[in-house]
Amino acid sequence: MSSKTGFYLVVFTLIITGLALGWLRHTNLKIPLWPGQKNPVWLIEARIDFIAAGQPVMVSLDLPDQPPGFRQVSEQAASTGYGFSIVEGSGGRRAEWTRRNAVGLQTLYYKVQMIPDTTGSQELRSKDTPKPSMVYWKELQSTAAQQLVEQAYEKSSTPTSFARELIKQLNTSKPGQNASLLLAEFSLPTLLMRLLNHADIPARLSLGLELQDARRYQPLKPILEIFDHKQWVPIDPRTGAHGLPDNLLLWHRGGQSLLDVSGGSDSDIRFSMIRQTMPEMDLARLQFDRGGLSRLSLYYLPIEEQSVFKLLLLLPVGALVVTFMRLIIGVRTSGTFMPVLIALAFLQTSLLPGLTGFLVIVSLGLMLRGYLSKLNLLMVARISTLIVLVIFLTSMISVLGYELGFNVGLTITFFPMVIIAWTIERMSILWEEEGSREVMVQGLGSLSVAIAAYACMRNPIVAHLTFNFPEIHLVLLALILMMGQYTGYKLTELKRFGAMRGNH
Amino acid sequence: MWSFPFTLNRQGILGMNRRNVAYISRYNSRGRYPLVDNKLKTKLLAEKFNLSTPQLRAVIHYQYEIATLARQIQSLDGFAIKPSKGTGGKGILVIKNHQEGMFVKTSGKAVTMDHIKRHLSNILAGLYSLAGSPDVAIIEDLIQPAALFEKLSFAGVPDIRIIVFKGYPVMAMLRLSTQASDGKANLHQGAVGVGLNIANGQCLHAVQHARRVKQHPDTQIPLDTIAIPDWRDLLLLAARSYELTGLGYIGADLVVDKNRGPLLLELNARPGLSIQIANGAGLLPRLKTIEGLDPDLIPGADERVDFSMENFGGARSVPGREKSPGLIEATAQRGSDSQSPLR
Repeated sequence: MSSKTGFYLVVFTLIITGLALGWLRHTNLKIPLWPGQKNPVWLIEARIDFIAAGQPVMVSLDLPDQPPGFRQVSEQAASTGYGFSIVEGSGGRRAEWTRRNAVGLQTLYYKVQMIPDTTGSQELRSKDTPKPSMVYWKELQSTAAQQLVEQAYEKSSTPTSFARELIKQLNTSKPGQNASLLLAEFSLPTLLMRLLNHADIPARLSLGLELQDARRYQPLKPILEIFDHKQWVPIDPRTGAHGLPDNLLLWHRGGQSLLDVSGGSDSDIRFSMIRQTMPEMDLARLQFDRGGLSRLSLYYLPIEEQSVFKLLLLLPVGALVVTFMRLIIGVRTSGTFMPVLIALAFLQTSLLPGLTGFLVIVSLGLMLRGYLSKLNLLMVARISTLIVLVIFLTSMISVLGYELGFNVGLTITFFPMVIIAWTIERMSILWEEEGSREVMVQGLGSLSVAIAAYACMRNPIVAHLTFNFPEIHLVLLALILMMGQYTGYKLTELKRFGAMRGNH
Repeated sequence: MWSFPFTLNRQGILGMNRRNVAYISRYNSRGRYPLVDNKLKTKLLAEKFNLSTPQLRAVIHYQYEIATLARQIQSLDGFAIKPSKGTGGKGILVIKNHQEGMFVKTSGKAVTMDHIKRHLSNILAGLYSLAGSPDVAIIEDLIQPAALFEKLSFAGVPDIRIIVFKGYPVMAMLRLSTQASDGKANLHQGAVGVGLNIANGQCLHAVQHARRVKQHPDTQIPLDTIAIPDWRDLLLLAARSYELTGLGYIGADLVVDKNRGPLLLELNARPGLSIQIANGAGLLPRLKTIEGLDPDLIPGADERVDFSMENFGGARSVPGREKSPGLIEATAQRGSDSQSPLR
């Protein structure tokens, strides 16, 4: 009894460890438990056009730097013939394209992926208050501005409320004389910025991008920002509401210019954007840092090895299915783990083409084997002959299929040739000794186990869990161990021995 | 027809998983498997223990020996070729006699010398052996079945399978090949299984394809009157294979030869479960009876056979079947379980 207790303790520990590690991985690394959980991602493309004058060209574009409400996932630049780098300087992040010599119309692209993120990006508080910039007015304007500022100052207490009052004055349906005069000269955001700076409140115009799905050739919109409570606060120049609308991405904030082009002229920048959805998994992978549990994951292997592991880590699932089908259901198969290998091949070929290919090769092989048995060969030589024949057959089918326009033929090469040769040999012996019925029983048994294993391994949730949570295999191991101790009847035995009852 | 698991459990049916975990892996130590998996070893060991087996004529170890053998077997009238490590009767070729250079199998089909040579080289290459490992071929005398068996079987020699648990014979059946089974004695291939009363060797119950039969399907001989002669000797032979192998749970395959009496054909460390179907009874109650015996007692083969004959007579829990004289006797004996000398 004590050995049983020990056994269940081991099984229990395995299950708990597996689940706990998986949960840790889920919470720490934000790896989703289910595949296909998707997040919206904005793919924004900036397109810069200019005409190069046949001189060394340098294009410098200001890039969004931790814009509020968004998180950058990835960025890339496409521009043939140009050197590209991202420079982090005092003026923020800038993309720089450089080229020794360029003539004519040039087009540069910069792409960035942003995901809406309201949690993480706390606005950085600057320690020193920026100085309001000096504003110069024409004489008449100066008086009008002074009056507007004074009126607003009377009715307000903070920089924000002051700005709001100013906006009210400028936005009424019947603006006063002063307001009309100034609006005739300046656009609303620019005017507001000038007035605020005039009143000694630091204000600046930033450039933002309104994100709407599938828009092309969008310009940047000026956004008014004032400095209040030790941070820059965007203010809507129409309503006076502060803060940003959800779909507004601040691209360019203060600092230097948005776009500098040297060695070219007539530069223009336009933005296109689409709203994509991206699996949460990919996002997690793009973001997490090395260290801790992520060290123990497979993402840092080269991609090639990763895909090998993806397949390899599915094998235990196949083994579990075989264990279940043989011990609990009682299916008879030809070769214990042959079905798993066939199922793995099905993963590459997909089910129907794989199944047809397999059946065609095995039946052709059986026919050839019928002739081989007349040759009186030693067994090793016979199996070797079969391997050669099987490879020959698959190449024939591949070539024929390709010529006829089926790609199916090509995927047949994923089948494990040696296993197929052995299967043919075993089936043929079985046929001679036990008759065709047993061949059918075992063949169908093997195929049904292979299909069941394929269905399990094919399942996206299974594939996701086995690869991203390798500790799940401890749970699989525990399940296999438990089935190894199962002493109950197999499902097929209920029928086999059930026949006895009918005898009495 | 399907049964519920608890119904089978009540009948005491032993399932495959339980057999493997609770009996084979518990009572059969791995290191002793070769003694039974290798028929040649079993045979040599049996000779040492004075258990009679079919006469060994030749052993072929190497491919080149096949050619010389070909001349030898011309002089033999009937013989059987067996792979030493074969399983489930695979690779056994039985030649009854030869006519005009052709060899006649028990099924009546004639084969050529080339066929036999090919068969031998297949055996040597390991085609029939457990893990495909190279094997040797054994050539034995053909068994001359005793008169009773002669008429019973369609082709081939009927053999008797006895399950021996810790040295006690617990269940027995007679296997008769049929036309459907192509002369083979495996139940799942269509051979007739006749459950035998451990107490007296009389027929309890007979099945083919898991269906109850009263007559042999080919020879029409009534099966329920079968009574095996020399029954106690057969049980004793089976029981002594326990000392031979040290394996706790084995199936002993025996035949009765016209001239030599009971012979041990082979032993099996993973005996099948269809013996329960042939007997219409489950193995579990009997196995549990044996497991419940005082482990300090180490009775000899004679005592063990006596115990089995007293306790395992007749099929258990078979309600409503016609009672043969043998069964009545057996039931009476079972009533005296508690007075058994071994308790």
